[in-house]
Amino acid sequence: MSARVAVTVSVNGTTHRREVEPRLLLSDFLRHELGLTGTHVGCEHGVCGACTIRLDGAPVRSCLMFAVQADGHAIATVEGLAPAPGRLSVLQEAFRDAHALQCGYCTPGILMTVSAFLEETPDPTEEEVRHALSGNLCRCTGYQHIVDAVLLAARRLREG
Amino acid sequence: MNVVTPFEGIGAAVKRKEDARFLSGRGQYTDDLNRAGQAHAVILRSPHPHARIVSIDTAAARAMPGVVAVFTGEDLKGVGGLPCGWQVKNKDGSPMAEPPHPVLAIGKVRHVGDPVAVAIAETRAQAQDAAEAIRVEYEVLPSVGTIDGALAPGAPQIHEAAPGNICYDWHLGDAAATEAAFAGAHKVVVLETTNNRLIPNAMEPRAAIGDFDPATGEHTLYTTSQNPHVIRLLMGAFVLGIPEAKLRVVAPDVGGGFGSKIYHYAEEALVTWAAAQLKRPVKWTADRSESFMSDAHGRDHVTRAELALDKDGTFLGLKVSTRCNMGAYLSTFAPAVPTYLYATLLAGVYRTPAIYAEVKAVFTNTVPVDAYRGAGRPEATFLLERLVDVAAAEMGMDRIEIRRRNFIKPDMFPYQTPVALQYDSGNYDATLNAALAAADWAGFEARRAEAAKRGRLRGIGCSTYIEACGIAPSHVVGQLGARAGLYEVANIRVHPTGSVTVFTGTHSHGQGHETTFAQLVSDRLGVPLDKVDVVHGDTGKIPFGMGTYGSRSLAVGGSAMVKAMDKIIAKGKRIAAHLMEASVEDIEFDRGVFRVAGTDKTKSLAEVSLAAYVPHNYPIEEIEPGLEETAFYDPKNFTYPAGCHIAEVEIDPDTGATTIVNFVAVDDVGRVINPMIVEGQVQGGVAQGIGQALLENAAYAPDGTLLSGSMMDYAMPRADDLPAVGVATHTTLCTHNPLGVKGCGEVGAIGSPPAVINAVVDALKPFGVRHVDMPATPAKIWSIIHGSRRVAAE
Repeated sequence: MSARVAVTVSVNGTTHRREVEPRLLLSDFLRHELGLTGTHVGCEHGVCGACTIRLDGAPVRSCLMFAVQADGHAIATVEGLAPAPGRLSVLQEAFRDAHALQCGYCTPGILMTVSAFLEETPDPTEEEVRHALSGNLCRCTGYQHIVDAVLLAARRLREG
Repeated sequence: MNVVTPFEGIGAAVKRKEDARFLSGRGQYTDDLNRAGQAHAVILRSPHPHARIVSIDTAAARAMPGVVAVFTGEDLKGVGGLPCGWQVKNKDGSPMAEPPHPVLAIGKVRHVGDPVAVAIAETRAQAQDAAEAIRVEYEVLPSVGTIDGALAPGAPQIHEAAPGNICYDWHLGDAAATEAAFAGAHKVVVLETTNNRLIPNAMEPRAAIGDFDPATGEHTLYTTSQNPHVIRLLMGAFVLGIPEAKLRVVAPDVGGGFGSKIYHYAEEALVTWAAAQLKRPVKWTADRSESFMSDAHGRDHVTRAELALDKDGTFLGLKVSTRCNMGAYLSTFAPAVPTYLYATLLAGVYRTPAIYAEVKAVFTNTVPVDAYRGAGRPEATFLLERLVDVAAAEMGMDRIEIRRRNFIKPDMFPYQTPVALQYDSGNYDATLNAALAAADWAGFEARRAEAAKRGRLRGIGCSTYIEACGIAPSHVVGQLGARAGLYEVANIRVHPTGSVTVFTGTHSHGQGHETTFAQLVSDRLGVPLDKVDVVHGDTGKIPFGMGTYGSRSLAVGGSAMVKAMDKIIAKGKRIAAHLMEASVEDIEFDRGVFRVAGTDKTKSLAEVSLAAYVPHNYPIEEIEPGLEETAFYDPKNFTYPAGCHIAEVEIDPDTGATTIVNFVAVDDVGRVINPMIVEGQVQGGVAQGIGQALLENAAYAPDGTLLSGSMMDYAMPRADDLPAVGVATHTTLCTHNPLGVKGCGEVGAIGSPPAVINAVVDALKPFGVRHVDMPATPAKIWSIIHGSRRVAAE
């Protein structure tokens, strides 16, 4: 179990090299090897979406990948969403304005899912938004305010 | 409370102060924390519902790479068991059965997930490997996972201390008066129903880190808790024998609780104890499978109820007999939930003059059951609101009319119910009327007909609920068996230059306290919101507190803040009187300004606080320096949020699938501090209530094998399962706390399940359906429609 494998990944534009056990999940690699604890782990079986990150732009569940599988790839996490320290992106701002988060635990995964969704679907319907969110569980909000926030962010992004 | 700071004070939809850190991934949840030199714990749990532990061989595990220690129940024999915080008495006055609840199993395991041993290693992976290498020989015993199974003659006996598996056999109300009411009844309506067992599934799994400083003898526990002081009290005093002064409990950002993070869990004691043994920090984080088999579950009732009515539909009497599941051990507040938070609510919003309730609590080979969002009140509300709909149908009355006819009217408060509670205020017609209008109840039959043309079965249902929260007066709960007081504590520190830190004994795990409480302070002290900080979740910083549950934080914790602020203002007036050479009786305080009445002489709060901390020109012989006050607030009564929820559904008869096409909630939560946050709380509660009604079910095999052990087989609402929910409030003020607030955390989960099921039953009217138990899954409804009686309740 302990034979270590070299991994090189780019996370939010910074290159990291580590030697890790092959069984180490990408989610645990981000959290515990790199200290990027914004990516949360909710179920470890790919159902809740809390650990969603973007791998080469695509939203993926980091608990369903081994860290070694990410070798050579570019990862984006919630820590990279804001345009500058102390500021929020349009999407993050819309979540705040629409009260789209309560305990905040599922929020990073939802932001990463939605950031990809809005790039592909800049003018979504409410039904499309609900469908896009349906892979992420939130136990606090009942989703309505998240739906509102995504529609608000889409409008603001379109209007520039 | 008449001072409103524009855009920041009471009533303003202020954006949340906590959001920036959560949105940027900078929250600090327990598993995000790491202590220097920490080891990792992995717990080996029972795979059997009931078994005798013949032997445990840890030799191979101890020899594995990186392993620091392996402990079993034998190693913890000097440690106390997990205590229960509430003692319910039997009908004859004798105490409930209270069997031991060891931190790690000793001799026997009693549910799937019962902790048996712990492996501690340098890394979590090594600890996992070691836990898998522990060899446990079990002698599997007969087991039982259901309430009625546990009560059956010859059932497996789970605890020596609980003959017949009975925890308690309790009652409330006047049996003779109720029998007399039934004797004179025109009609008696009977309903037999269950309240489905739920698994809370906060998105953040539980975690705990124990730390010990040998130099000072101080223990620190970081834990995912809704009430760190309660954990310190229970664990320090009853389990580990650590004086409070040497035990600090920190509950940092917590990712949802819904009740499941109230209780003192074995893992908290285990890591605290192990850290002291090993002289290094020990960290444990649950994986989701562990959450399913070790977080306290909720609900799980079987009930028979009878409602007696006169010929015009007036309720004469109510008899309720409930059997409820405690699981394998008593969780911290478990005994109180199906008794004092359930039977006391059986009057609902109605004038039923005589009520008698019996509750029998039983042990089974399942995970312990305790409070989950609403806790007892959803069970009471579901029972009552289903019973009222059945009564209307059997009396040939309108469902709305029968409710109105029996409502407690606005001029009848304070209203003493026959089941112990005294309601202080409410207007049930007002919330009903608002909901009927918002849902266009009057226009429903046209929508039903339109849906029928599309081949869909459309139904509408309402529930008019009440709940009791803001728990609770200490002397009352003490008489009812609570082993704690339920006051709350606030410490308000005005700093020298006028900014304020609020230390609260409540805990925020999604409720937005950092914002709402700052609004309270901003409003009353006139300090800008960005100069008010709220601190919670650390026994090392906060004087004391009972934590957050039962929608108590604002009603009880907020009231403590008002009391502390009143002390600040009173002291400030004395300082200001000195500074302005006036009599203290002449000093007024408004919006952060002390003024000599009728003059333009003023001192700001910041000037007064600076004088208090730099007491050069100061009556030092008469007034202590500093401007900081602590208040303990003990509530005078419960608070009574109430309201009306209406659900409209469509059922596809080919699949049995139910779609909620409209949902309206009109709630009276008392004074609203932040309407945005209140709406969020209601939305979230309604989602959990819809989850209970249509999706969620903790499934156990009859022998106690947990069948729904992952998110793959326990269905929770997703964004495309839910409708747009319309939320509104109608306010009557609480009469006995200084803010007039009632609480909004649980109303959504309490009011919504019967509204949904009443709508489902209404949609299924053509099939002669009288009742459907939760969850109303497609399979269950399809079976009803297609004539199968195997799955349907009726």
